[in-house]
Formats: sequence, C-alpha cells, structure tokens
Amino acid sequence: MSTKTGLTIAVPRGALMGDTLDLLDRIGIDTSEVRSNDRKLLFEDIGIVTMRPSDVPTYVEAGAADIGFTGKDVLLEQPERAVYELMDLGYGRCTLVLASVAGPDPGAEALRRLGVMRVATKYTKIARRFFEETGRQVELVEVKGSVELAPLTGLVDAIVDLTATGTTLRENGLVVREEILVATARLIANPVAHKLKAAAIDDLVERLRAE
Amino acid sequence: MTAMYPTPSGTRDVLPDEMRELRAITDAIRTVFEDHGYGEVWTPAIEFESAVDRMGGSGGGYRLFDDHGSVLCLRSDLTVPIARVAATRYATAEPPLRFSSFAHVYRGVKPGRGQMRETLQAGVELIGAAGPEGTAEVLTVLCRALEAAGLREYRIGIGDAGLYSALLAECGVDDARSARILDALVGRDLVRLSVEVHDAGLDAESTELLTTIPLLRGGAELLDTVSERVATERLRAVHGAVSREVAERLIFDLGLVRDLDYYTGAVFEIYDPAAGMPLGGGGRYDDLVGRFGRDMPAVGFSFDLNGVHIALAGEQRGEGVA
Repeated sequence: MSTKTGLTIAVPRGALMGDTLDLLDRIGIDTSEVRSNDRKLLFEDIGIVTMRPSDVPTYVEAGAADIGFTGKDVLLEQPERAVYELMDLGYGRCTLVLASVAGPDPGAEALRRLGVMRVATKYTKIARRFFEETGRQVELVEVKGSVELAPLTGLVDAIVDLTATGTTLRENGLVVREEILVATARLIANPVAHKLKAAAIDDLVERLRAE
Repeated sequence: MTAMYPTPSGTRDVLPDEMRELRAITDAIRTVFEDHGYGEVWTPAIEFESAVDRMGGSGGGYRLFDDHGSVLCLRSDLTVPIARVAATRYATAEPPLRFSSFAHVYRGVKPGRGQMRETLQAGVELIGAAGPEGTAEVLTVLCRALEAAGLREYRIGIGDAGLYSALLAECGVDDARSARILDALVGRDLVRLSVEVHDAGLDAESTELLTTIPLLRGGAELLDTVSERVATERLRAVHGAVSREVAERLIFDLGLVRDLDYYTGAVFEIYDPAAGMPLGGGGRYDDLVGRFGRDMPAVGFSFDLNGVHIALAGEQRGEGVA
C-alpha cells in the first residue's frame, strides 16, 4: 500500500477514533476521507485501515498493518501478541474497575458467605490475574455486550469493566468498588515492519512525540 | 456429512502439491548446508525434560512419561539436542564441528495467529569456532540458504545478547530493576521500559542512553554514531568479518534480544517483507555445549521452512516489496 508515510496504519473505530484521527491530522495525514465515510474500512490513498479496537493487535501482529493505535486495556487482555509497544499517547484515558449494585456490596457478601464471587466481564484475562493477585476466588462469566446488565438481572454479583466518566455505571445503579488499572491509547508496531520500515516508523513516532 | 477427525490444535496435514514445493525448498537448502560442510544429523523427537531444562532450553508445550516414570518432552528447538550430540558423541574430535538438521519442533504457542505448534525447521550449528569468524561463517551459510530457497528480499537483524545488560550495569542500575527492564525489552514493551528507566533515578545522559539504544537499528554506520559507553566491539568485529554481500543484508539492531537465555553474543533474526513475523533466528551460545561436558564456543541458526514457503509465495505475488 503506497502512501505519504509508506505505512499501513490500523485505526480503531469507537471511542478512540476521534482523538486518533485528530492526532493524525495534526501530524499531516489528511483523514477527512475517513471521517466522511462511515462504512468504508480501507483507505488506500492515505494508508489507513479501520477496525474495532480489539482487532488492531491482530492486524499489526500479522503484518497486515505496520502500525496501529489501540488501548492498553486491549493489549493487556491479549498478552501473547508479538507487537512493539512504542508510545503511550496519553488520550483515551479510562479505568478498569470492579463495580457492583449500590448499597451493601453484593460481591463482598457473596465472598464472605459463599466463598466465591460471580463476576461478569469482557476482560477475562486481566480479571483472572487481578483476583488471583488479591487472593479472591471468583467465577468469571464472559459477556460480549453491555456488562452493566449482568448484576442487575442477578446473573452475577459484580462486574469488571472499563469506565471513562462513570456515567453508564451510575445510570444503571452501579458503584465502583475498586480500581484495577488505568488504560490509555498506545502506538504499536509489527516486529518485522519495525526493522524493515525503520525510517518511516521513526519519522512517524518523532512527529507524534512533537505533538 | 463426513465425520470430523481433526488434527490436534496447531498441527496439520501436508498434501502432495504443497509437499513438492516444500521438498524443493528443503533440497535446495540442504545442498547449501552440505556444500559448506554441515553434515545432517537426526536426534530423537523426545528428550528428557531434565536435560532440556538444565540447558536453558524451553520444554515447549508437550510432556509425557516413559515406562520408568521419567518426564519426557517433545523437542522445542534444534540447538539443545545438537549441543548434546557434539559434547557426548564428539568428546575428543578436533573442532570445529559442523552439523545441520531438518526436523519438526513443538511449542506451546497459542494457535489462530499464524503460528503452528508443530513446525518444520532447518538449521545449522557451528561448534568449536569462536566469534567473529564463526559468526560470520554461519551468517554466510544463512544468506546462501535463504537465497537458494528463492527469497530475494530477506534481511538479517543482528544484535548482541549482552549489549543492553552491560549498558544497564555500566549505568549503575540495580539487578532487580535491570531484570524488569530486560523483561520489558524482551516483551517489546518500550513504554514500560521507558517508565522503569526514568524511575531509576539516573543522570540525564544515562537515562537518555538506556531509552534510545533499544530503538537504534540500521546499517553498520550506526555503530559509529553511538556513545562509546555502549559495547559495540563484537558487532563491529562481525561486520568486519563478513563479505560485502552478507553485510548488505544485515540490519544492526541494538535493541535485538532473543527470548532464550542461552545466547551469549551475537543474536540474529530473519525478516522478509512478505512475512509479518520473523522467519527464524539464532546466535552465539558459547556456554551451552560446556554444560554437556565439553566446553566449546558455538553459534547457529534455525528457521521455519513453512514460513520461508509463505514468504516465497508472498514475494512471488509482489507482497510487501517496495
């Protein structure tokens, strides 16, 4: 794919997309075509491919994209990915929290009386590590959609989920019990492209650092 | 509807059309190895786990018991078994010793990412020849083998397994923090590396060195531009010992480390623009053969023949080629 940068760049759709495109604009990559076209996924002229954030490490690891923008939460959930983590971009800041229904904590109650807490999450690897490190027995329930629904229906006692402002949690009557980690956007690179396209990648990183 | 008889995760069948192409690649590479004096050996697919673990190898993903209750593992690389062969079967032979092998290795990788658990590898080991001449010989054989296979665009990344840890010691970083920084480097996490270095409370120059050195990669000229606090002598010596054709293929990479801990000096990785992952690698392992009872410096490489096949097909389609 030939572009001004000579690189194929994986850009996440969703919460990180706006800030990522703004950043690319500021370093001289015109992303107006991406902004004006919501359904198109591949923009060959500017070397951009768009995808859901959790797919970015997949494309970058395989070399289908040379570099990519994704959240630290995604990278921690996919620790086996062989990609370079080049930069903490600072934006897209959000917190992975343990939350449960307001009032007496049903999670703590379940742990005390039943010895195990049922927890719904999309982040099963991070959650498993967190509860092992803090010495608590949990039964993890993996869900794909709105995690907030799980404790309201009695499916689980608590959830582990990402929150930026806490609004969705509050609106569903949930409160944060513990903060697990803070995640920000990261720039990642394919390990072969990092060597064979070193000049183009270093140039891009330098321009991003200057921002 | 036919009944489902899947192969185990990470394994697959090879049918005649593919096998003919793979065989052609293998034959061309085997000829190069033989022409350079690297005789082919076979070693068992199973080894004692205790032997592999003691030698700094990785036990891989598969364990089994024999009828005496000993724990066995499927071989996860070609180097450790050949180090054993060299030290035990050639205990008094005049070095250097040259061996090649073509064999399946087994690793507990997570499938679904373009990596198999069973892979067919080709490799050579040069035992009893110290660097830089030994390293240069093996790099030459590697380049000729990849060219014989038909690759046109391949490059060899070369680094030094001891360079960055020596720099950490030189900068006065304590052992616990050095271990964390090296772990970040092996994991390619340059964000965590930078945080750990900045938290070490070093002077500005050391902090700058430790955060920028892992990013330096390029032609041999970069060896002349780095601070003299960085131990680049071994890499310069290798560059001085290889032919111009080989030198043109090299990418000097001061951040290159391999995840096996038996490497002692020069380390390599093999890249092709048509492949998203390194095709293989190698390096010097001057202490490994000694652990089997005969102390000899050594160097070798291995690469994934299926990866070479995929890269070759990609090059022929014009993928990734500028």
